[in-house]
Amino acid sequence: MNDRQPKIAIRGLTKSFGLKAVLKGIDLDIAVGESLVVIGGSGTGKSVLIKCILGLMTPDSGSIKIDGEETVGLNGGERERIMAKFGMLFQGSALFDSLPVWENVGFGLIAGDGKPRREAKEVALRKLAAVGLGPDVAELHPAELSGGMQKRVALARAIAREPEIIFFDEPTTGLDPIMSDVINDLIRKCVGELGATALSITHDMASARRIAHRIAMIYGGRIIWQGPVAAIDSSGNDHVDQFIHGRAEGPIKMPVRPL
Amino acid sequence: MAFLQAIGHTFLNGVETLGRLILFALDGLLAIVRPPYYPRLILKQMIEIGYYSLPVVGLTAVFTGMVLALQSFTGFARFSAESAIPQVVVVSLTRELGPVLAGLMVAGRIGAAMAAEIGTMRVTDQIDALSTLSTNPMRYLVAPRLLAATATLPFLVLIADIIGIFGGYIVSIYKLGFNPGIYIHNTLSFLEPLDVISGLVKAAVFGFMIALMGCYHGFHSRGGAQGVGGATTNAVVSASILILISNYIVTELFFAR
Repeated sequence: MNDRQPKIAIRGLTKSFGLKAVLKGIDLDIAVGESLVVIGGSGTGKSVLIKCILGLMTPDSGSIKIDGEETVGLNGGERERIMAKFGMLFQGSALFDSLPVWENVGFGLIAGDGKPRREAKEVALRKLAAVGLGPDVAELHPAELSGGMQKRVALARAIAREPEIIFFDEPTTGLDPIMSDVINDLIRKCVGELGATALSITHDMASARRIAHRIAMIYGGRIIWQGPVAAIDSSGNDHVDQFIHGRAEGPIKMPVRPL
Repeated sequence: MAFLQAIGHTFLNGVETLGRLILFALDGLLAIVRPPYYPRLILKQMIEIGYYSLPVVGLTAVFTGMVLALQSFTGFARFSAESAIPQVVVVSLTRELGPVLAGLMVAGRIGAAMAAEIGTMRVTDQIDALSTLSTNPMRYLVAPRLLAATATLPFLVLIADIIGIFGGYIVSIYKLGFNPGIYIHNTLSFLEPLDVISGLVKAAVFGFMIALMGCYHGFHSRGGAQGVGGATTNAVVSASILILISNYIVTELFFAR
């Protein structure tokens, strides 16, 4: 693989639901080992973007290349081969509630990689320890854990197969500020140790500043600004300024009905 | 004009749903034959569908057999044909009542559970999580359920047949005063292998329908708790209707002259 070739290269990505165009031509590159955070308001298409990259949704047009390989339209075994490169932390954790914690973490190793259960359990316990959870948690079921613990288990699951690319969908949503910081630290540590390429989507600016090398803002179905995290405060873009300062007044209008 | 438009819209929606269901069923059948296989999940589903449905199916069967004997007696007594009761009980149960009633009870118990479980997995992103862990949800979730339900329901119906016949026997002997030896002899001599086999084939078809409806509606549920609730209702109603329709078709295939 060419060193300068992006890990993920997206060109002209569009996706509509009925008459509503959510993505109107996304162009985005993510370099190897880079942590990119995509920010944007609710309903701007951040989750749709991630789902298109993961093959959970089929884009209407455009190209998504992983390590230079076109992935749009891949199915079956080809898709599963590409998916082995990915880890994903879902917004609601998406833990399998019928399985104990350790089996959730080791799921990809058992079902995806065909590892024996005992071996997968050893890996799962190590990954749980890496996110600060002891072996006593391993036999519990997800419903018995707090929201923060569930997020940590989901993070352990996302890194269990030591993926080359990790996606984080709203990793701190619904957590208190301290637990959010714990999760941000764990994300930085895990991504750093694995040397993985990371794509996160969030509206939590504190989180974005902590975990990003680079930030891109999505608005109106397009990437309207991207740059290093240090440049976000001097972006010169009114939309970005309004968003990062959380102002109601500005070019981004929320459809709010009067009382 | 609006009326015609509404009819056309409903018709097109129906055709679209049918097409989607047929594709889902074919996808499910392919998932059964293609590796990887999940024997642990198949066994778990077989226990859930077979073993845990035994009490409800057994109760249904025993009371059905009892009522059948009692009703037949009051009817047949009008033209002195009480001796036909063993034959009526055994043929009705093995050919029709055993598979249909067991199928309907299992549709209520298992079809609903499958739709609720898979529907919850859908709305909480657990199915997407399976895909991101290199696991095909059709093979992991749908194939084991289709296989387990199709394979287990015939056994369940066989047990229901035996329990139902026993129910008829109890009422006939202890309430209607039949001779036990003659009752059993008449039951066995009149019973033909095809009676039982047709019932078991029906059971396999019903099992497939129940799992298919449970998985299909669960897989396509949307919109949180309300969506999962709707999927559960749809799974039970559509499975029950398909059981009644396919019951006629299988009967026609086996017994039409």
